[in-house]
Amino acid sequence: MWRALKLALCVLACCCLLLCGRFGLAQSSSPAQTSNQPSAGHSLWFPSGASSHAVTVDHEFRTALWVLGILFVAGQLLLALFLLRSWRSGPSSANSANVAGNWKLEIAWTVAMAAIFLWFHISGAMIWSEKFLPPKQFGQVHVEVTGAQFQWYFRYPGADGVLGRVDAQKFARPDEGNPLGIDPSDPAGRDDIVSTAMVVPVNRVVQLDLRAQDVIHSLFIPAMRFKQDAVPGMEIHNHFTPTLIGEYEIACTQLCGTGHYRMRAVVRVVSEEEFAAWLKAHTESAEAGK
Amino acid sequence: MSDLSPNPAQPSRASFLRRYLFSTDHKVIGRQYFFLSLAAALSGAWLSLLMRLHLAWPNLAVPFLGEIKPENYLGYLTIHGTVMVFFVLSTVPQNGFGTYFLPLQLGANEMAFPRLNLVAFWTTLTSFLVLMSVFFVPGGASIAGWTQYAPLSVLASAGPGQALGTDLWLVSIGLFCLASVMSASSFIATTVKKRVAGMTWMRMPLTCWAWFITAILILLAFSILLVALVMLMSDRHAGTNFFVPGGLVVNGQPVQRGGGSPLLWQHLFWFFGHPEVYIAILPAMGITSHLLSNFARKPVFGYKAMVGATIAIGSIGFMVWGHHMFVSGMDPHVGFAFSALTTAIAVPSSIKVFNWLGTIYGGRIRFTTPMLFSVGFVSLFIAGGLTGPLLAQPALDEYLHDTYFVVGHFHLIMAMAGLFAVFAATHFWFPKMFGRLMNERLGRVHFWITFLGAYAIFIPMHLLGIAGHPRRYSELTGVQYVAVMAPWQRIITYAAIVTLAGQIIFLANLFWSMAKGPRAEANPWESTTLEWTLPSPTPEDGFGTSMPTVVRGAYEYGGKSDGEAGSDYRMQNSP
Repeated sequence: MWRALKLALCVLACCCLLLCGRFGLAQSSSPAQTSNQPSAGHSLWFPSGASSHAVTVDHEFRTALWVLGILFVAGQLLLALFLLRSWRSGPSSANSANVAGNWKLEIAWTVAMAAIFLWFHISGAMIWSEKFLPPKQFGQVHVEVTGAQFQWYFRYPGADGVLGRVDAQKFARPDEGNPLGIDPSDPAGRDDIVSTAMVVPVNRVVQLDLRAQDVIHSLFIPAMRFKQDAVPGMEIHNHFTPTLIGEYEIACTQLCGTGHYRMRAVVRVVSEEEFAAWLKAHTESAEAGK
Repeated sequence: MSDLSPNPAQPSRASFLRRYLFSTDHKVIGRQYFFLSLAAALSGAWLSLLMRLHLAWPNLAVPFLGEIKPENYLGYLTIHGTVMVFFVLSTVPQNGFGTYFLPLQLGANEMAFPRLNLVAFWTTLTSFLVLMSVFFVPGGASIAGWTQYAPLSVLASAGPGQALGTDLWLVSIGLFCLASVMSASSFIATTVKKRVAGMTWMRMPLTCWAWFITAILILLAFSILLVALVMLMSDRHAGTNFFVPGGLVVNGQPVQRGGGSPLLWQHLFWFFGHPEVYIAILPAMGITSHLLSNFARKPVFGYKAMVGATIAIGSIGFMVWGHHMFVSGMDPHVGFAFSALTTAIAVPSSIKVFNWLGTIYGGRIRFTTPMLFSVGFVSLFIAGGLTGPLLAQPALDEYLHDTYFVVGHFHLIMAMAGLFAVFAATHFWFPKMFGRLMNERLGRVHFWITFLGAYAIFIPMHLLGIAGHPRRYSELTGVQYVAVMAPWQRIITYAAIVTLAGQIIFLANLFWSMAKGPRAEANPWESTTLEWTLPSPTPEDGFGTSMPTVVRGAYEYGGKSDGEAGSDYRMQNSP
């Protein structure tokens, strides 16, 4: 029993060390590389961040982990310590502190915890509000994201800057190159680009309009620290700013049916020139196809 | 069970039915709930084993079931969650131990509405059987998870299991809601009206406080869920559109309906779903407080603060549901309020931890099996609780939401901590329920396997979540960064197999002790509350006509030789 207790303590200590070790590693490996391949840099910790948001989120997570980690270790150690003390002194000893409570301690503890959690909430709320401030930069890239069982589609407005009208119930023909159901009679839709990969230029705000055709899906881009549900019947706006050229995976994180696990796509973050070239090539092919 | 009742008065066949099946005796109903939850826990554990095996060895053919396809996996996932949340965590700590011991601890011979309790149990059993039947109907179990998000849960064409499987799920949980509301009414009335002379509110054991507050939560939360289920059912079959928006194309077919809101379902579901977490954990907290004091031979540290914290958790618990919806498309401004309230609930929770530590501090601890499990509860509660504030921050939750981090978090704090309280309570009250003692040695082995197993399974899940591994993935091959984590999933499966195998020790101990365990005296743990004034097992007529009078609080431990010679405790009714 005594040995088992020690074993348990060792396991707990190892868990803490593991956490701290991961934490240290994540801190030291700054994302210096200029290009990322999918799955590169993935261990049992955050993938290296590739958006402006990632920096603040990672910092907040590390801070929180320190504060909560200290509370965790303190709590477990005190628990073990109190047990060991009693274990060693044996069952015959008198109760050393036979108190039924202590209001001063109780209130001090409550105030301390309230202060920690209040600070914690405020620091988190500030990040959340920063994120939803309207983006300051001009020259946003506008991408419409549509989730359908079990595929992501990304639509760009083309040269006219306007997305064409969509009526999925009338016009959606995935086999005939019109999975979203862009209305063929709407001139604004003629030059729309529909892609199964998201291609965006580096260091520009990417404004997303999220939709879903059938059930709820969720667009999760771990490297961007970005997640947003796509809900049928709603158009949800959200944005991120990629800061590193590379290719990053997208996973679906809202249970959407049997193919949920394979609803994968990629974000390709490219240079400004490459993006312009990609847009041009696809606009031409989109127009030629209609 | 027939040999367990004292003075069997030659029961005839009809009276056997009345006494052991359709009895209004809270002691019989409590045990019936206990065994129902045991069956449910074994079913849920079996489903989790199937899922773990599939994640580790995707091509493994399970005997009788064959290869596990994605729809099978998601069906197991739905039923595992449903069974464990409803039929185990909401059933045994509250209806199992509560129905049995609430009246006894309050000094009553029966619940306020015994017939209601009887009906509630049989409704719960029916509900369980309906839920289990989904594996035998065309299409199998629902694949939409225990949360049944619309419109996936509304449209039968959205996937296998979304036809009859989902209807049966709705019927089953609807029945469960009815049963819960019935039993909760009886709990509330019992606590308010049936306390024996001298049992003031502030002399009630913390277990009774927890059962009382939980019953109020059940009454409010399950009523809302019942309404939501009826709405969902009528969306499926009566042509209403509460949760179905317009313009859908499902499976290549246009769905000619519209006007509803998928987010409405989420609000209704989580308005129930978050209090549900506290429905599961408050009785467990009460049991832990009670047992820590008993085995540390010390009064509960800060009894009044504990009562206050229980009430605070219960009430704030109703105002935090939106933290499940930070990335749902809900207005991000609302996130601030939900985030603040969710973080606020950490304060009463930490008061509880503080008081548990205070109770243990300096005690003459008796390291019995129930004590080990109670200490295990505190350890798991600290571990699982501290990841809560991370998820309460919308910006961090955005990344962690629907990843294995959340799975690890709620399994530690709700599932594991909850089960540890159940194991503690089983060992603790076994003598009163069955007249015999459980084996201590087996109990200790079972504790250490389960305790280390819980950490070995769920700590790695946190790390997977931090690496971005989404939950509810039936295969790991679809996304490359997920595929890389397959070896870790295998390690978790090994830990799960060992831990689940360890539960055989518990089962063996339980059934062996029921038949062969040493006979228990009236008060084997030297406890203070009223149920221990009765012989073990509890006589059929409870206190009979000699009702006790309560003269002191529930936690008078440690006073040297104040009571009987050499004893360090005073029973609640001892003058």
